[in-house]
Amino acid sequence: MANTLDQLVEQVRENRIWRSIFRSGTGASNLHRALFVQQNVFLHLFSVKARKRTVGFSATWYLGALTFGTFLILVITGILLMLYYHPSVPQAYADMKDLQFVVSSGVFLRNLHRWSAHAMVFLVFAHMFKVFYRGAYRPPREFNWVIGVVLLLVTLLLSYTGYLLPWDQLAYWAVTVGSNIASAVPVMGSKIRFLMLGGTAVNANALLRFYVLHCVILPFTATLLVAIHFWRIRKDGGIYAGEPATKGKSE
Amino acid sequence: MSEDPKRTDTPESPDEMSRRNFFIKMGVGSVAVAALGTTVFGYQYLSPNVLYEPSPIVDAGKPDHYPPDSVTLDPQTAIYVVRTAEGFFALSAICTHLGCLTAYKPELGIIACPCHGSKFNKDGVKIEGPAPRPLPWLRMWLSEDGNLMVDRSNAIAIKQLVRV
Repeated sequence: MANTLDQLVEQVRENRIWRSIFRSGTGASNLHRALFVQQNVFLHLFSVKARKRTVGFSATWYLGALTFGTFLILVITGILLMLYYHPSVPQAYADMKDLQFVVSSGVFLRNLHRWSAHAMVFLVFAHMFKVFYRGAYRPPREFNWVIGVVLLLVTLLLSYTGYLLPWDQLAYWAVTVGSNIASAVPVMGSKIRFLMLGGTAVNANALLRFYVLHCVILPFTATLLVAIHFWRIRKDGGIYAGEPATKGKSE
Repeated sequence: MSEDPKRTDTPESPDEMSRRNFFIKMGVGSVAVAALGTTVFGYQYLSPNVLYEPSPIVDAGKPDHYPPDSVTLDPQTAIYVVRTAEGFFALSAICTHLGCLTAYKPELGIIACPCHGSKFNKDGVKIEGPAPRPLPWLRMWLSEDGNLMVDRSNAIAIKQLVRV
């Protein structure tokens, strides 16, 4: 059985159509494996080779990968939630309630989105602490740390803009307070608040602006920065493996 | 172009700018102007010129709707109409700390903010809490048909009562 299954897989991989998509071809040699990574548009951001100790659990606790995982869940569930949600004052709250009580699996998708958002904020912080305490932010990785800090900011802004969208009391007052904090900026504070809300109060314009920020501008920014963040891991010499082991300690 | 010995790309005197340099400066300059224009354009586009928000001027109804010595909150318009023995005044119900809606506590005779615990007395004077300023008094007047009118966008520095 195992043999026939392997043979089947091998047949598919040598098929003309398969080979037209995945050009690296079959084979277990290091060259083939390297080509597989290098010729894939998504994987080519990463190194074709990695030290064994950097792919183990202890090096990273997989915190960055888990953060990216929550981000993917958020993108997928977010797009699905957009199909039922109207960013307008009369409908936003009712749509959110419909997702909870009327739409099939709506409550599941909404809660998945919500809990993943909480998890992502937690994981971003955990990832940063791990990088910080291991010293992985040091040269030559200092610029990737800077990108990471911007990504933290984008994550928090995504969290904040998403918070308004249910348009309930909690959201409304949280954004009232948040936008008033923004207006504490010297000189141009009230102007910033005006641009942020598209008016002088948390109202229809603010809901629409937060929706566009949450669903378009910030996710695009995050995606772009994440791509650079991943690509720079390769450019900066791979995942930080710690100081080389000394005194014959095996790695 | 090589026919004319005087037409060269290199400057003849050190004060003269080379053609390449001239075009670089022109290019960078026009990009800078375009960037500045885009910034101004973007700022103007993002600032709405017409706001479909509720009017700042509120009709608070007939004065005799308010019992003597009372503080009445209208949560929709976020104003208190306060009636004292001497007359009426209007107080903003929006906390000066971070903009939450405050509430009047009749049993304590104070105005309290649910968000961060600021407290004010019936005149809007701060008793405690993080609020930096007292609740502002708003301009109030009587309309021709005898209704109390309040302008929420107009805080008055000198406290004046409306006598009916």
